[in-house]
Amino acid sequence: MALLTVRNLHARVAGKDILKGIDLEVRPGEVHAIMGPNGSGKSTLASVLAGRDGYEVTQGEVLFDGKPLLGLSPEERATSGVFLAFQYPVEIPGVGNLHFLRTALNAQRRVRGLEELDAMDFLQLAKEKSKLVQLDAAFMNRSVNEGFSGGEKKRNEIFQMAVLEPRLAILDETDSGLDIDALRTVAGGVNALRSPERGMVLITHYQRLLDYIVPDKVHVMAAGRIIRSGGRELALELEEKGYSWLGLQDGKTAAPKGGEARR
Amino acid sequence: MSTDTLQELTRRPYEAGFVTEVESDTFPPGLSEDVIRQLSEKKGEPAFMLEWRLKAFRHWLTMKEPNWQAVKYNAIDYQAIRYYSAPKQKPKKGSLDEVDPEILRTYEKLGIPLHEQKLMQNVAVDAVFDSVSVATTFKDKLRKAGVIFCSFSEAVREHPELVKKYLGSVVPYSDNFFAVLNSAVFSDGSFVYVPKGVRCPMELSTYFRINAAETGQFERTLIVADEGATVSYLEGCTAPQRDTNQLHAAVVELVALDGANIKYSTVQNWYPGDAEGRGGIYNFVTKRGIAHRGSKISWTQVETGSAITWKYPSVILKGDDSVGEFYSVALTNNLQQADTGTKMVHIGKNTRSTIVSKGISAGRGQNTYRGLVKVLKSAENARNYTQCDSLLLGDKCGAHTVPYIEVKNASAQVEHEASTSKIGEDQLFYCRQRGISQEDAVSMIVNGFCRQVFKELPMEFAVEAQKLLGVSLEGSVG
Repeated sequence: MALLTVRNLHARVAGKDILKGIDLEVRPGEVHAIMGPNGSGKSTLASVLAGRDGYEVTQGEVLFDGKPLLGLSPEERATSGVFLAFQYPVEIPGVGNLHFLRTALNAQRRVRGLEELDAMDFLQLAKEKSKLVQLDAAFMNRSVNEGFSGGEKKRNEIFQMAVLEPRLAILDETDSGLDIDALRTVAGGVNALRSPERGMVLITHYQRLLDYIVPDKVHVMAAGRIIRSGGRELALELEEKGYSWLGLQDGKTAAPKGGEARR
Repeated sequence: MSTDTLQELTRRPYEAGFVTEVESDTFPPGLSEDVIRQLSEKKGEPAFMLEWRLKAFRHWLTMKEPNWQAVKYNAIDYQAIRYYSAPKQKPKKGSLDEVDPEILRTYEKLGIPLHEQKLMQNVAVDAVFDSVSVATTFKDKLRKAGVIFCSFSEAVREHPELVKKYLGSVVPYSDNFFAVLNSAVFSDGSFVYVPKGVRCPMELSTYFRINAAETGQFERTLIVADEGATVSYLEGCTAPQRDTNQLHAAVVELVALDGANIKYSTVQNWYPGDAEGRGGIYNFVTKRGIAHRGSKISWTQVETGSAITWKYPSVILKGDDSVGEFYSVALTNNLQQADTGTKMVHIGKNTRSTIVSKGISAGRGQNTYRGLVKVLKSAENARNYTQCDSLLLGDKCGAHTVPYIEVKNASAQVEHEASTSKIGEDQLFYCRQRGISQEDAVSMIVNGFCRQVFKELPMEFAVEAQKLLGVSLEGSVG
């Protein structure tokens, strides 16, 4: 059975139609890449799946594990196993990174009827998972994302994913703002989390992420629709020929240069 | 976060809002010299106290209620207030066994058991019920260390020389309208004296409870830390839920002699009134400390209750190298109003002060930080650091910052930082996407915002303050 089924999904933001009929099916163990130029609706799809306020679904349905997803609150979706790695991870001043994550994990465990982890057990778990993305201890006790560099924020997202162990991970432009070393680290973490039970949706503008995380399927989005789907070769072809190959306008075609951008 | 969901902000019952049925000895409403004489006589006070009260009262009659503060309220009828209410009991309390069990139960319900064996370890409590202190715990242990911790009335009787020397030495009888009123009619409060070089062996704490209707509460606290002494003191306050406003006009005076260290923490949870702004306590309080050479006074306050809060815990940095601190969290929800801040007056050389104020506004609450940093000519190398942050929940509340800075010495360094932010929809969504409920997320974000202040509270109370803040915001987002 598919882990995620999206059928004819239409959504609008601030009265403007953004998604105009998305169909997508992700099976356990699969990694799907969704590519597309700016403004094609990629990030809107991620927000709608995670349940962000202000996004109105006007048509279509989404099933997660065979059950309707769209009626659930964001926290219910999270608890049922949907994880979104944010394009712009949010800063929460004064709230410790580990405290935040432990609160989240225990909130999910409570709903699932599992025992909460105490501080010691959690620390053990966090230490182990942090190795995946090479985060050190000092970093974990800082406030959530406060004063983190762009690369640290993205690594923190993957670290959270490693601890929360979702069944479906949606990575929204996780590669944006990363230099090549940081990209490798992040991709290494994501690859380590690939498993036969877990599905992943990578949202990206650039093919280069897919050099490190090899997808099973690639979809190209434009103007709120998936206009082409294929295997990995589709991404390579897109890289070579640019979005104009598909008749699409796009401002940025080359990967940005320079170090980890601070935001 | 959408405005609609924010309107849900007020759905919490005030847990301390119950009334205790207890027989009490209450004055009829009204204020006159006779009432003050009666009060003084009832308390068996020495002549100097009555003199002082009458001096204050006569001065009060010449004064006008201040109106510069950014709060609005209906005029107070001072003749409609009862100035004394005390639970009926034997005049002197030898032990807890003589305290009315109803009153003991009240404190137990509030989470403050007065039986020593049940008490929090290392916290001595003075319980003030309406106008009088009903019990003070751990007296023996404190006495061994030479520390005097008792009700103000007892101090007037047992230690008149100390009271005479220090009463009014920081907040004179003629200070300001509400302080002057307090000087005339104060009924009880706590008194602390820590002798030279003594580090008080436990936290001291007073729990104030207003129970009787139409009664004003006017308590007076005086803390003296002699040379090199150290003391940490905490006050908590609650009141029943009533439709009418009640006046609470307290005065706190702190005296830190050379090298002494006083830490004064407040967790204020007076009844804030209902969602429509009916009832609630008018909390008009004067708190001030004087810091002598090399001493330190630190105020920490968590203000979540009261319909109106008007208070400016201040430090007069008189001695060279003295230090003043003010850490504050003030939360206004529903129709609550707070005008609060501090005054740091630098007189001595190398004096330092730190002000960290966190204002949280929700519902239609109005929150004003008002602070004065004054550096006199004599205060060579004075330093001040001020940080005022405001957090808004919703779009019907307000946050205001009114800093006054007066510097008369060019060597001074005064820094002021201020910020105003809203709890972001982004922050909330981020928390919820990780599985944290909306309510827990708000509480977590607000607690994070206040962390700088909470870490200044004594351990036991930091937890209490966090919970209180959580409860005060319960239902704040739907």
